[in-house]
Amino acid sequence: MAQGNRKIRVVVAKPGLDGHDRGAKIIARALRDAGMEVIYTGLHQTPEQIVETVLQEDAHAVGLSILSGAHMTLVPRIAKLLGEQGAEEVVLVVGGTIPQDDIPELKELGVAEVFTPGSSVQEIVDYIQGAVPA
Amino acid sequence: MATQLTGKGKGKDRWRAERYAAKPERDALFTTISGEPVEPLYTEEDLPADLDAEIGLPGEFPYTRGVYPSMYRGRLWTVRQFAGFGTAEETNERFRYLLGHGQHGLSTAFDMPSLMGHDSDHAKSEGEVGREGVAIDTTEDMETLFRGIPMGEVSTSMTINAPAAVMLAYYVVAAERQGVAPEQLAGTIQTDILKEYIAQKEWCFPVDPAMRLVTDMIEYCAKDMPRWHPVSISGYHIREAGSTAQQELAFTLKDGFTYVEHALERGLDVDDFAPRLSFFFNAHIDFFEEIAKYRAARRIWARELRDTYGARDERSLLMRCHAQTAGVSLTAQQPLNNVTRTAIEALAAVLGGTQSLHTNSFDEALALPTEEAVRVALRTQQVIAEETGVVHTADPLGGSYFVEALTDRMEEAAYAYFAQIDELGGMVEAIKQNYPQREIADASFTYQQEVDAGQRIVVGVNGYREGGDGQIATLRIDPELERKQIGRLQAVRTRRTGADVESNLATLRDAAANDRNLMYPLIECARAHASEGEIVESLQQVFGTYTETPVF
Repeated sequence: MAQGNRKIRVVVAKPGLDGHDRGAKIIARALRDAGMEVIYTGLHQTPEQIVETVLQEDAHAVGLSILSGAHMTLVPRIAKLLGEQGAEEVVLVVGGTIPQDDIPELKELGVAEVFTPGSSVQEIVDYIQGAVPA
Repeated sequence: MATQLTGKGKGKDRWRAERYAAKPERDALFTTISGEPVEPLYTEEDLPADLDAEIGLPGEFPYTRGVYPSMYRGRLWTVRQFAGFGTAEETNERFRYLLGHGQHGLSTAFDMPSLMGHDSDHAKSEGEVGREGVAIDTTEDMETLFRGIPMGEVSTSMTINAPAAVMLAYYVVAAERQGVAPEQLAGTIQTDILKEYIAQKEWCFPVDPAMRLVTDMIEYCAKDMPRWHPVSISGYHIREAGSTAQQELAFTLKDGFTYVEHALERGLDVDDFAPRLSFFFNAHIDFFEEIAKYRAARRIWARELRDTYGARDERSLLMRCHAQTAGVSLTAQQPLNNVTRTAIEALAAVLGGTQSLHTNSFDEALALPTEEAVRVALRTQQVIAEETGVVHTADPLGGSYFVEALTDRMEEAAYAYFAQIDELGGMVEAIKQNYPQREIADASFTYQQEVDAGQRIVVGVNGYREGGDGQIATLRIDPELERKQIGRLQAVRTRRTGADVESNLATLRDAAANDRNLMYPLIECARAHASEGEIVESLQQVFGTYTETPVF
């Protein structure tokens, strides 16, 4: 999808105590290689810190990487904070070991897409390019 | 059949030109999963020049063929399944289940808050309590974890690093309450903080004070816990973070040398602690490369401990290790295929001569394992041990042209990394400069690109796919457990004597500021029922905290 001349800004974030950052780093790099401006928060971020980064960077999208099983605590809080800050148009995506059963509930909370293990990097890049309005 | 060896160098070249080149190769990537090129054939020409010096015999220097002369004819490896979830009560039940099903030793997985030094009621712990392991906040939780299990008889492994000293203190005091003295306790605590900064990313303090704490534990165990392994130098997480086998080997051994150097600087004799250093490696899916990795590790460790660090006690030279099959190789798609992957990886670890082994459960790409999945994983080891016959002779692949060549190449790659790291000023400096972190990030990105390009096929993921992968039952952690654990912690806070806790924490801070060994004041804090978070925060007041500058 056409992006005009505007560069997509994406925050890649690791909420919670989970230290598994392999996936987050691969995605961050792939998004950067695809021409996006990528802000990687680093590890152990609170929901408040992540939303703060999204606002400060005026990001178009935010990708949360969670492999700890704490997604049903962390994601709703981040979605809620984004809403409270008037940033509900920011495309919120989640990646990690998310059981299929939890996906409908996450989507109801405002998560645009969930990428589970085995998703290809290109799939994620394409999705974000398509989901961020030109 | 006449063999016509035309002399070294000639046979393979001739064969390649005359025979092999006659038919085209498949269009495929002929490299190991780590990117090492693999030749179409290995012959005698690929063996090391001095077979005795490089390969030798099992139980003899340089131990390439195994650390013990009889290997699995003497004693099979220890089946050690890692377990932990919920509160200490749930995990205690799982422990007893495993002991009742033929497991020999226990292995404890802690939850994220415990690994990061946070109490269960800390703001950052919300939603994480008891999820990826057991929540341990106080000595009382540790006592519950081992209720009905004789701590003087069972060997225990605890997978915790940044706050390892705190957990060891809890363990010592819990044993004390069972009437078991520290010198009777056998087991391992991971404590490998360097690989936390490199790969696993669970830390409490900056690198230098963290290294001091590790050295305190090594010193304490050398004196008071002779049967305990104070550090398990771990490549597992380095590999899971996306490293190659060569990086796993090199960074792990270099971490090991760094602990040795710190203990020597403390004034310890190498032979007083080196026999109790142990290792933990990944068992990944590239079968022969993995076997070569274990063999190279033994040879390098023995040589360096003898020649560089002056070890004289033979036990100091033995690279004894635990292995775990590769979590990262498991797929969420067609999860039963993971039984096959795990079996192959476990076989590689056994043929590589491991001393203990954890086999992953087939549902672990989806969630923590169910009891059924854990049982299949356990049985996989028993099939290898009892049915395959691979245990009847030591190092069955020793002398294989391919395996010996891979072992040599693995060793060369490790030494090349050692030289790089030394140039940066050693491993602690290299970590501060993000060197190993960057190498791993690059390797994992390259691998992912190869998978995405279809150059590497992962069955069920980018090849042989099926629509609608069958859903399997997964373990759900009851959110109620978090409230229950917080209740347990708060009950301990109410029962204990507050002034006693405060004075012990003050003594601890004083010891931290004045370079006294922290294990003794930590044990006092454990006796006074100070919580893990209170202890870690006290130490952070002296040591500070750590924030990573991420590289990707």
